[in-house]
Amino acid sequence: MSIASNTPSAFRRTGRRRAAFQEKLVKRIFFLCALVSVLTTLGILGTLLNEAIKFFLDVPVWSFLTGTQWSPLFSPPYQSFGVLPLVAGTLLITTVAAAVALPVGLATAIFLSEYAPERVRKTIKPILEVLAGIPTVVYGFFALTFVTPMLQKVLPELLVFNALSAGLVMGLMIVPMVSSLSEDAMLAVPRSLREAAYALGATRIQVSLRVVVPAALSGIVAAFILALSRAIGETMLVTIAAGATPKLTLNPMESIQTMTAYIVQVSLGEAVHGSLEFRTIFAVGFLLFIMTLVMNVLGYFVVRRWREKY
Amino acid sequence: MAEVAEIAINVKNLNVWYGSFQALKDINLEVEKNQVTALIGPSGCGKSTLLRCFNRMNELIPGARVGGQVMFAGTNLYDASVDPTEIRSRIGMVFQKPNPFPKSIYQNVAFGLKVNGYQGNVDEAVERSLRRAALWEEVKDRLGTSAFKLSGGQQQRLCIARALAVEPEIVLMDEPASALDPIATLAIEDLIRELAPEVTIIIVTHNMQQAARVSDYTAFLMVSEERSGYLVEYGPTSQIFTNPKEERTEAYITGRFS
Amino acid sequence: MKQHEQLFTPRRTARKITGVVFYALFLSAVVLSIAGLLTLVIQVLIEGVPWLSWHFLTNYPSRHAEEAGILAAMTGTVYLMVLTAALTIPLAIGAAIYLEEFAPKNWFTTIIEINISNLAGVPSIVYGLLGIALFVSWMNLGRSLLAGSMTLALLILPIVILASREAIRAVPDTYRQAAYALGATQWQVVRGVVLPSSLPGILTGVILAMSRAIGEAAPVIAISALVYLTFVPGSPLDRFTVLPIQIFNWISRPGDDFRGIAAAGIIVLLVILLSMNAVAIYLRNRFQTRSEE
Repeated sequence: MSIASNTPSAFRRTGRRRAAFQEKLVKRIFFLCALVSVLTTLGILGTLLNEAIKFFLDVPVWSFLTGTQWSPLFSPPYQSFGVLPLVAGTLLITTVAAAVALPVGLATAIFLSEYAPERVRKTIKPILEVLAGIPTVVYGFFALTFVTPMLQKVLPELLVFNALSAGLVMGLMIVPMVSSLSEDAMLAVPRSLREAAYALGATRIQVSLRVVVPAALSGIVAAFILALSRAIGETMLVTIAAGATPKLTLNPMESIQTMTAYIVQVSLGEAVHGSLEFRTIFAVGFLLFIMTLVMNVLGYFVVRRWREKY
Repeated sequence: MAEVAEIAINVKNLNVWYGSFQALKDINLEVEKNQVTALIGPSGCGKSTLLRCFNRMNELIPGARVGGQVMFAGTNLYDASVDPTEIRSRIGMVFQKPNPFPKSIYQNVAFGLKVNGYQGNVDEAVERSLRRAALWEEVKDRLGTSAFKLSGGQQQRLCIARALAVEPEIVLMDEPASALDPIATLAIEDLIRELAPEVTIIIVTHNMQQAARVSDYTAFLMVSEERSGYLVEYGPTSQIFTNPKEERTEAYITGRFS
Repeated sequence: MKQHEQLFTPRRTARKITGVVFYALFLSAVVLSIAGLLTLVIQVLIEGVPWLSWHFLTNYPSRHAEEAGILAAMTGTVYLMVLTAALTIPLAIGAAIYLEEFAPKNWFTTIIEINISNLAGVPSIVYGLLGIALFVSWMNLGRSLLAGSMTLALLILPIVILASREAIRAVPDTYRQAAYALGATQWQVVRGVVLPSSLPGILTGVILAMSRAIGEAAPVIAISALVYLTFVPGSPLDRFTVLPIQIFNWISRPGDDFRGIAAAGIIVLLVILLSMNAVAIYLRNRFQTRSEE
């Protein structure tokens, strides 16, 4: 229905039905664009599950999750599918990286948010952004050709491929992530809280450590979790510098293999599609996906809690 | 007023809710054609909400619901079959703060022509609209420059020109001068008076003198205990300002409360 | 005052010292990161600069380090990026417009939103697995340029969507209202006002996402494997290699010479990456000053 109009005009006010149709069509198309992201998730889950389930028909889930020997590429009598060595390698590297990135990242965040004058902040933040943007192969190169030789001068027994050097460089790599997310959390702490503490005669360090950090704690914890999740999923750096020998060890001086590095190793080898060997990477990938998903969801909930507070 | 007045908009039992909060309650109002009607009242009384009911802009706010009728040209604007885009091309709007698009002066005025499929000469329509908004002489040599280069008052007149270009029958103005200096305000008020014989203008203002200066009719709204807005009194501006029927109107106009 | 001194032990000197010590700690943390970055860059430059030459930029890889060049990887990277951008940009902008301008507030929209932020946290190698199973095998595209770019497009899609949404959200609502008040339909509002105003922001997001994609090796290596290419890919279905893969390839070879050309490759990669970032920053600044006018 059109509203009665008594003014003749040059406007094409008819054809509204076609416009309405076009409107609907455009909306559909955009909806489909948004749907692609959901399809991606379904695709990831579907392909990982599809291949992983076929794998678990041959290898029992329990022996996969609890086995301490990973040698899927050997011939049958020596073949073994215990994923623990890969998980241990991943966690070992992540622990070393956390030991570097958490304190350094948090200290950087406190410095930027509570101490640094605006001018200093404006120079340091882009530097950290560059650090975050460097491709991971470059970090791998740095770990293998610089950090490892330097460490070997102090620790002569250190192997060429080792968890320590890869972990340390990985720590450097995720410092920007820890610091920028923590800084965001600290900047969200109301000024009034700081001023209240200063008005009681607190020093700057007391305000920082006793007021700001506790108030921003859940944001900082979320930053830690997300950065560690990133470290768990990081691939090229560990493939290059940490080695290719799955080993159940806590010693960072040794050569190990992470879950991600194993996936790269097999996919480089032109594995036959459909073979058991090919399916292992999907089983490992599925476990990796679950691990990072749990951490990301955890981080999301911690942030949510923190948001509700203000 | 000798001649029989024509009704431009007839509001019947209008109620507006935002979620569970009722913003307007039982509004009845007949807006006369080609006259200036001012909506006045204390802040929060829903005068802007009422204004936005006239071109269905309230629909853009999530959770807003409208009950009752707004009759325009024999049709209820809230009839399910009415296309809001058609209404908005026939009932234009000027906002509180000048809000030109980040485009050139020319493109700002031409925008509404384009979206409504104007068949005539766009250049002429732009010039005509800018002249009607009393802006042409100031900008005719720089139509291609960014609208942001204009002063605040000029920007607001550009927004009026932009609304006029679509040849609306009614123009809604939501405190159009509240962000402007006194001189720019006067220019806008003169403009409103000049436009009145051709277009119906409904203007929301918190400025009592402005309402008295520019409007032919005035509607006074207030807030109830439940913070809902309701209409107290409506009539010719001269009568509302000199001889109000309601005591509350007089109290407000003489500044005993705001 | 006397009584006050007895009740409190302010230990002002001790507190001052603590303050200085912690300040030094915080500062050294910052210095440590910056020193790490500097060392990395200097190390790469020392190793790589002697190997940079015109010959290096214009030749194919070789078994002999001194003859090896980076041409196949460079063109592969350019092709891969162009294809990835062509796939990502329309999808991302469409999704962002839908979520910001059209989407109703319901559970499905919430799912899409949570899903997008979750996808941004999925390890890139997992996308590689998706690519192998979906594009390489199931769609039978093989280890091709197209399969690689589709994988990368899915990888950066969440980042570009998030950036585009932010740019669209930054468009003042008054613009939309003004356009609606003129009788524009929703699509006319989006096309005529929202998109033009948010385009610089969207573009910045695209470039930043591309600069991440350009250095991304894990998913691409899973798709393309280590391939010894002595040609420039001629069609989207050809095999390909890219800079990070070529660099990885050289790093994993024994011998100091290959280490040198790996560093030279890294310099090329970093130069491309930094110039992309510079463009993004330039756009961002230009955009900011323009909207303040």
